[in-house]
Amino acid sequence: MTDSDQKSASPGRSPVYAIVGNPNCGKSTLFNALTGLRQKVGNYPGVTVEKKTGTTYSQHGRPITVIDLPGTYSLAARSPDEAIVRDVLFGRRADIAQPDRIICIVDSTNLERNLYLVHQVLDLGRPVILVLNMMDLVTTAGLNLRVARLEHELGIPVIPCEAVNGKGILELRLAMSRVDLPLPRHRWDIPAPIAPAVAELQASLVENDCKQPLIARAEALLLLTDSNPLRVAGSTPLSERTSAILAGWKKRWGDGGVDWSGTLVKSRYGAITRLCAEVVQRAASTGPGVSDRIDRIVVHPLWGWLVLGAIMTMLFLSIFTLAEYPMNWIDAQVATLGAWVRGVMPPGDLRDLITDGAIAGVGGVVVFLPQILILFFFLSLLEGTGYMARAAFIMDRLMSRVGLSGKSFIPLLSSYACAIPGIMATRTIENPKDRLVTILVAPLMSCSARLPVYLLMIAALLPGDRVPIGAKAGLMLLMYALGTLGAFGFAWLFKRHLLKGEPPLMIMELPTYRLPRIKDVLLHMIERASLFLRQAGTIILGISIVLWFLTAYPKQPGSVTPQEQLAHSFAGTAGRVLEPVIKPLGFDWRVGIGLVTSFAAREVFVSSMAVVFSGEHFEGGKRADVTPLRSALKAATWPDGRPLFTPLVCLTLMIYYVFAMQCMSTVVVVRRETNSWRWPLFQTAYMTGTAWLVCLVVFQAGRALGF
Amino acid sequence: MASTLKLSQLPVGARATVREFPGDSPAGLRLREMGVLPGTALTLVRTAPLGDPLEIQVRGYSLTLRKSEAEQVVVELAGGQ
Repeated sequence: MTDSDQKSASPGRSPVYAIVGNPNCGKSTLFNALTGLRQKVGNYPGVTVEKKTGTTYSQHGRPITVIDLPGTYSLAARSPDEAIVRDVLFGRRADIAQPDRIICIVDSTNLERNLYLVHQVLDLGRPVILVLNMMDLVTTAGLNLRVARLEHELGIPVIPCEAVNGKGILELRLAMSRVDLPLPRHRWDIPAPIAPAVAELQASLVENDCKQPLIARAEALLLLTDSNPLRVAGSTPLSERTSAILAGWKKRWGDGGVDWSGTLVKSRYGAITRLCAEVVQRAASTGPGVSDRIDRIVVHPLWGWLVLGAIMTMLFLSIFTLAEYPMNWIDAQVATLGAWVRGVMPPGDLRDLITDGAIAGVGGVVVFLPQILILFFFLSLLEGTGYMARAAFIMDRLMSRVGLSGKSFIPLLSSYACAIPGIMATRTIENPKDRLVTILVAPLMSCSARLPVYLLMIAALLPGDRVPIGAKAGLMLLMYALGTLGAFGFAWLFKRHLLKGEPPLMIMELPTYRLPRIKDVLLHMIERASLFLRQAGTIILGISIVLWFLTAYPKQPGSVTPQEQLAHSFAGTAGRVLEPVIKPLGFDWRVGIGLVTSFAAREVFVSSMAVVFSGEHFEGGKRADVTPLRSALKAATWPDGRPLFTPLVCLTLMIYYVFAMQCMSTVVVVRRETNSWRWPLFQTAYMTGTAWLVCLVVFQAGRALGF
Repeated sequence: MASTLKLSQLPVGARATVREFPGDSPAGLRLREMGVLPGTALTLVRTAPLGDPLEIQVRGYSLTLRKSEAEQVVVELAGGQ
């Protein structure tokens, strides 16, 4: 036993376990089964990688901390997620101590590839427990595993398990409770050409980087597998001496034509293949599996598109129909809460601040929560069943035209409902540049908050009941097409100039289809939604109060109508200041007020227009009848009597909302997901700048053509 | 007897053994770590509806890669195909 293990096993402190495994091997299910709801989800400082820790109890009731690390195929990191796994396991991070013990979970039906990561982890010199998950599927796959033999060969506890129905969890907990967990027996011979380099690097790591000898050996091996190690914020860099030794060896091999990283990978797989030959007994061929038969339809050249189309249609139908009821309910509750506060508090600024600022502002964001929840539910379901990878597989060719990979498809598509879950779903994109480009263009996809604006403008543009529904639908479709084209155009531009890089890899596993546990899906959904609320909540509250202040101050003397109050408020002033800038687009200062206030959320534009033009509070949110407001808009004129909302202006305004970044929640989420204000500010600037330019061209060209 | 060709040229359904492999490209390292190594047997299962990427069966699981990545991998057709 090493010193650290004895320390960790001492009665004073319970050992900390980390769970590692390949993606799609049931790691989250195991973590949920072990910890139940005793989980904490946060972020590793400096990077947007989810940090999940939980508590389970030993057989004697002592709490044990469990860290759920992101899924990875190898410790040679290619994405920030994988870099975190590597850095935590190697104890390179200041914010989290090196775990005392490691639980490796593998998909038993796919032992060979899964054991590659296990093999790397065994090098770490920490006690390891191997969990053979999905044992129920082994027989179906025509396999037989000799568990005792595997245990004997590796010298560590090996626990057969079916995490989805809780089988094996008890045995795992018993193993985790053991004080004397054995260290793995290491039987892997490092290939001869590499051995001297490993020894030299190991010695330097012990001497110059203060590593323990075993970890140093593992670290030396990793340095020699990884041709281009990815660094992430918050991890300690190598000492100069060690870097110099590493560079020296790489140069020597490079000159001599030695494929050093390949040699190491090959020798690991050689050891694994020998091990599997002893452990895995293959029954007679069972023919094509269920997954393959499903895939014959799901990725079929014709049926594949139909299935994709059907799934996406269902997704959107449910978002727009199912979300309606809870959204109306939330609207009503927010209104009730506002009315109640108005009733119990004495009139005054504080009361207005709470009702019109805080409650109305936050309510306007919370109202989108049902949509966000439903979207996360579907995303988590698509991920859990294994369909997400197929969608990426089908769409990759199209996405590669603009330099992205198939993995950007689902996040962009989700953004048609709401950019927030779309942006949060980009965490599955490993390539950091691809992920950033996807985040940057996602809000260009017309989200549901734009609908009320589009509907109001279409009503003003094509008044009357005799307008064919086709014209209205066509205009709507045009807006969606514009946004989509914009998103892909900018993705292409950004990938080509701003964030140039290697084309993204499409080396991805197509996992076996599975029925996910509803509990895991719901847990994931709630986790995501609460992450959004916690991350965005306080800033949104702050911005809401600022926006309220802009409309409520300076206070007009005496009793004034809401219309006059707004006209003379800071927002009104802002509108007037903006007028020279937006006049070339055909907008006057009153429209400017709407542009300012609807930064809270796009649909606020409708209620602002109601106050500005009809002098009435627009009750009922975005689903109310727009007919009275439409008449008020029709009557609005410039000071010289020209009508303000000409068809051309209505169209320009719609186009403005297609492109402009008018959503504080998105800005806040992008800030969280990119870890800096730089990208959300850039995004706001480029989107709103594009909106202004396109609108200028459309309005001026339209006027020149006599519209 | 046995003919070598690029993985990207392999007909759908064909079984083959990996022969040569790219050195140190990111795609090369990732493929190796996913178990695609010289000497590994694989089957080209299908292509995506638009012809790219490809799906291969290797070491008992399904892996996708783009044609441009498959172009770097030289394979040898298994006998009898």
